[in-house]
Amino acid sequence: MRHSSSQATTALPYLLPALMVLALVGGVPLGLVAYYAVHDTFGGNVFVWVGADWFVKVLTSPEFYAALGRSLAFSLLVLSIQIPLGIFIALRMPKSGPLVAAGIVLLAIPMLTPQIVVGYLWKVMAAPETGLLTQALGAVGLTLDPNSVGWTWVLLVAMDTWHWTGLVVLLCYARLRTIPDAYYQAAAVDGAGRWAVFRHVQLPRLKLVLAIALLLRFMDSFTLYTEAYVITRGGPGLSTVFLSHELVQTGLIQFDLGEAGAMAVIYFLIVVVVSAFFYRLIVPARADEARR
Amino acid sequence: MTPRFALAPALFMALVMVPIYWLIAISLQDARSLGTSFTLIPANPTLANFRFILTEPDWYLGYLNALIYVLINVVISVGVALPAAYAFSRFRFPGRRALFFSLLMFRMMVPAILLVPFVQIFSALDLIDTHIAVALAHCFFSVPIAIWILEGFISGVPVEVDESARADGHSTWSFFRRILLPMIAPGVATAAFFCFMFSWVEFLLSNALTTIDAKPFGGIMSRVGGVLSAHVPLLAAAGVLGLVPGVLLAILLRRHLAQGFSLGRVS
Repeated sequence: MRHSSSQATTALPYLLPALMVLALVGGVPLGLVAYYAVHDTFGGNVFVWVGADWFVKVLTSPEFYAALGRSLAFSLLVLSIQIPLGIFIALRMPKSGPLVAAGIVLLAIPMLTPQIVVGYLWKVMAAPETGLLTQALGAVGLTLDPNSVGWTWVLLVAMDTWHWTGLVVLLCYARLRTIPDAYYQAAAVDGAGRWAVFRHVQLPRLKLVLAIALLLRFMDSFTLYTEAYVITRGGPGLSTVFLSHELVQTGLIQFDLGEAGAMAVIYFLIVVVVSAFFYRLIVPARADEARR
Repeated sequence: MTPRFALAPALFMALVMVPIYWLIAISLQDARSLGTSFTLIPANPTLANFRFILTEPDWYLGYLNALIYVLINVVISVGVALPAAYAFSRFRFPGRRALFFSLLMFRMMVPAILLVPFVQIFSALDLIDTHIAVALAHCFFSVPIAIWILEGFISGVPVEVDESARADGHSTWSFFRRILLPMIAPGVATAAFFCFMFSWVEFLLSNALTTIDAKPFGGIMSRVGGVLSAHVPLLAAAGVLGLVPGVLLAILLRRHLAQGFSLGRVS
């Protein structure tokens, strides 16, 4: 590494193409969102400054809090299932062998499935009478009721768990394989049991990948739209209207630019705060790893 | 491994594959058969649904459209990400950390937030329903993904390689082309794969920014699924075709999947 203040001018030409693309496709739309958030519009071409009016409207709207609550609840639910399940599967996977390579590709397949196909597949799986899930549950005496809020949530959580647990498995497994055998041998000499090995040998080395998995899984579940929309259209009632759904509805269907803009700015701020929180976990974990 | 749990991963993978198997099984059924009965194994398997999709321009152009904007996106993303990733890996400039973090912010952005402004911007530029509009919109996410992944791979190359190349008289361009790129070829492939996959699976933006000429298969599935819910086997076949590129590329890149999914943070 070279350390000198003149590196800014050296680095700039390398960074410039990427920064220009991101300014164009990122800066402009985000600026536009912020502009909408503080203006009212008549017919989409005359804009009048309204200050914080839209923010007040969003922050006093019960629909907004309801959607935010559902999104947070959904994220916490899927994280509390997918993270432990993913770690468990990764720990049990054999270190090598002909099936491991095939298994890794299989685990990745749901993540490489187009979002619309994921939604559609699970909609068909839960179809009354003909759906595989409906039939499987029927075989053990359960009735998948599409009009029940509980069952619809179970369905969405199952869909997301199918879709994304592989991410946690892949990341943890890749990291676990890099732990030298000597660590396990040392633990065995100390007479450490399975739990002690996990707690003192494996878990500390999983910190970085778990922080990344938590971040990615939180954000992607918190911003879920297509898959859930295809399955439930927000129903039954409003029970699966998540924040992204509420935002698309306000912005594109009701074409309420100001309110959608303010909601988007608030949504964006939540994203920044959460990402910053996880980034603080990732950075020290990275330094930790570098020392090992 | 205690034998008690040794089967857990195999069981888990089998469960993961069940819906995929089901999708394939339905896609092989007669177009009208599913409305009435439930079967695990298609009674009279047929490729008619696939034949229909691959010969009907409305359908197969949907895959071609997706392929076109995805490839444009990959070329732009990897092209601009490569030098940027090099800068993040090798230079210590003021604001480096903040900038690298804000890239993560882009990756974490909510597509729904960008929907309205993108529709407005591309309407104003008269670019609605063009491949380039979707490719550019997807750059918002894929450029940061590519930079993070490539930075991980480039940081795995010792700085001494750069120094000896410079001592040997390589220009920056020749260093990139003859030395760095061959060394991080798996990284470039991984970055390209993850840009490809982001763009291929995305629905909300690609559907909203297109109407007819650049409509991806996802938009067509959504249209057909909404109007003719009877066509379950046809839509299943469309779904199976949507899976093909990801599966093929994942097999080729299986050794680098974890590195890519972790945005270059695991090696």
